[in-house]
Amino acid sequence: MFDLDRWREIFQSINKNRLRSVMSGFTVAFAILLFTLLFGIVSGLSNSFKSAFADDAQNFMKVRVWKTSKPFKGLQTGRRVQLKNKDYNYITDEYKNKIQYQSARIFKNFSIKYKNEANAYSVMAVNPDHQFLEKTSIDIGRYINKRDLREKSKNIVLGRLIKKDLFGDRTALGKRVNVNGSSYLVIGVFSDEGGDNEERKAFIPITTAQTMYGNNDYVSEIVLGYDPNLSLDRAIAFGNKMERDLRNRMNIHPDDQSALSVRNMAEANKGIGQFMGILYAIVILVGSGTLIAGIIGVSNIMIFVIKERTKEFGIRKALGAVPSSIVGMVVQESVLITTIAGYLGLSLGTYILSLIGDSLEEDYFIKDPSVSASIVIGATVVLILSGLIAGYVPAKRAANIKPIEALRAD
Amino acid sequence: MIKIEKLHKSYPIGKSSLHVLKGIDLHIKEGEFVSIMGSSGSGKSTLLNIVGLLDGHDEGNYYLNGELIRDLNEKKAAILRNKFLGFVFQSFNLISYKTALENVALPLYYKGMARKERLKVALDYLDKVGLKDWANHLPNELSGGQKQRVAIARALVTKPKVVLADEPTGALDSKTSDSVMDLLKDINDEGMTVFVITHEEEVAAQTKRIVRLKDGVITSDELTKAAKAV
Repeated sequence: MFDLDRWREIFQSINKNRLRSVMSGFTVAFAILLFTLLFGIVSGLSNSFKSAFADDAQNFMKVRVWKTSKPFKGLQTGRRVQLKNKDYNYITDEYKNKIQYQSARIFKNFSIKYKNEANAYSVMAVNPDHQFLEKTSIDIGRYINKRDLREKSKNIVLGRLIKKDLFGDRTALGKRVNVNGSSYLVIGVFSDEGGDNEERKAFIPITTAQTMYGNNDYVSEIVLGYDPNLSLDRAIAFGNKMERDLRNRMNIHPDDQSALSVRNMAEANKGIGQFMGILYAIVILVGSGTLIAGIIGVSNIMIFVIKERTKEFGIRKALGAVPSSIVGMVVQESVLITTIAGYLGLSLGTYILSLIGDSLEEDYFIKDPSVSASIVIGATVVLILSGLIAGYVPAKRAANIKPIEALRAD
Repeated sequence: MIKIEKLHKSYPIGKSSLHVLKGIDLHIKEGEFVSIMGSSGSGKSTLLNIVGLLDGHDEGNYYLNGELIRDLNEKKAAILRNKFLGFVFQSFNLISYKTALENVALPLYYKGMARKERLKVALDYLDKVGLKDWANHLPNELSGGQKQRVAIARALVTKPKVVLADEPTGALDSKTSDSVMDLLKDINDEGMTVFVITHEEEVAAQTKRIVRLKDGVITSDELTKAAKAV
């Protein structure tokens, strides 16, 4: 396969005909450059979509209730629907094998005070799993745990900005803060990628909130993370089934979106997936169109080159070159040119993408545009194939010219 | 070495066809120095192309080195050319971007000889034609006579059975013509069969046998004084 003499012949031929080699390489380099840029930009868009939801877990689901908007089973419109612990437990029992994380939520707005600093903040009462659903990262201390729930302890986890507001540079951990008149122990400080609002929140145990503020078993919302091993379609089916079951259980009209709704990230993910799929399809279509134009360009130039070299091929044949050696030589030359040129295009494209970096994120919604290793490998295969195609047609033609005709050519 | 019986060849021209060779019988033995004489259009180049396996014939038999040539595909013809035949053309037909040495070594490349060895052999042959010092020059740095001598070295490098020369002096002045013919004579003296095509009497006179061709038939076939003198 590897024939040093053949390569020597090819390098000599390319070297002696630099202009046309560069010209034919240029079309391919340009095509690959465009393809790389297009692909990188679309992957940048895709990254933006992904990071837009990065704040919450990808498998996030939320059960939310309000007032009925449709009469059902003799119950009136406008009835207030309330989620309770038994609903929470029902979900746990019924769908155990499809749920990764589960937490209830109660929303409160409390003033939190430390020494002379005080402010109003939103305080959320949650279960321990909530940390993973909101992708809360603990900077110091710990999150709410099961023992807090059992003991209904008055512990609080503060957002990074609350800590900053109240404590400044001093340590907050182990200090006591006044929350709506009661004293809570600061057990942790967290940060969140979701932005400033997310970091001006505080978390307390759900049982504490139920006991202290209402003395009931009400919860405002139930959030859960479905088992990430579920396919998107099965996750959507799970969400729909849970919604039906809950409506049935709570006597809500099957179509009453106002009374109860389940927001399922699987649906959003599927939508984004489809949208990105279409975008990628367009890129591949446009990209391969450009590439085909490039291949035809190389092929055209190779045809011209072969006309120019007809006499040379005639001489080679008279000296004993078999047709396949002529085809091999031309094809190999074409593969070499397309591969080198293509890689130049690819490298240039990757370089431009790295220069763009995140600079277009604000205005154009493009984040970290780049091409993956699999694309690079794929492009290599495509380049070699296109070199083969571009070279083969003209080479076959060259090999079929009779030596006497070729010798006569000038 | 070359045996031709009742050879016919015609070329299609539009709907009719041009009958170029009309029954040629020719027998060239090993070691002969033959020239084919004829004006343009006599069919001498066609004959050379057929003998050189660059073109096929329509009717008749052609034996090269005792082997009947029939239904050759391109590949087989190329291998036979490489093995048995060496070509010298009027317009030299050197590859312009290769040095004299590389041009001479090219047939050996197609024979499959290793690079080092073939460059060595090629240099020997360049030495033989007196151009050792010009080995690394490109063809356009050589004079016409030098180019033709490189071409002759290239024709000889594979040790062929026959050297076919198509108007080898056609593009040269008379002085360099003589030196090229002397070279061919030397080659012949070493036992090589040489087959020259020409329309110049002086060139033909330096060979040992002249075959005259007119309108596709052989009109005469006689030994020259040079042959009788031996």
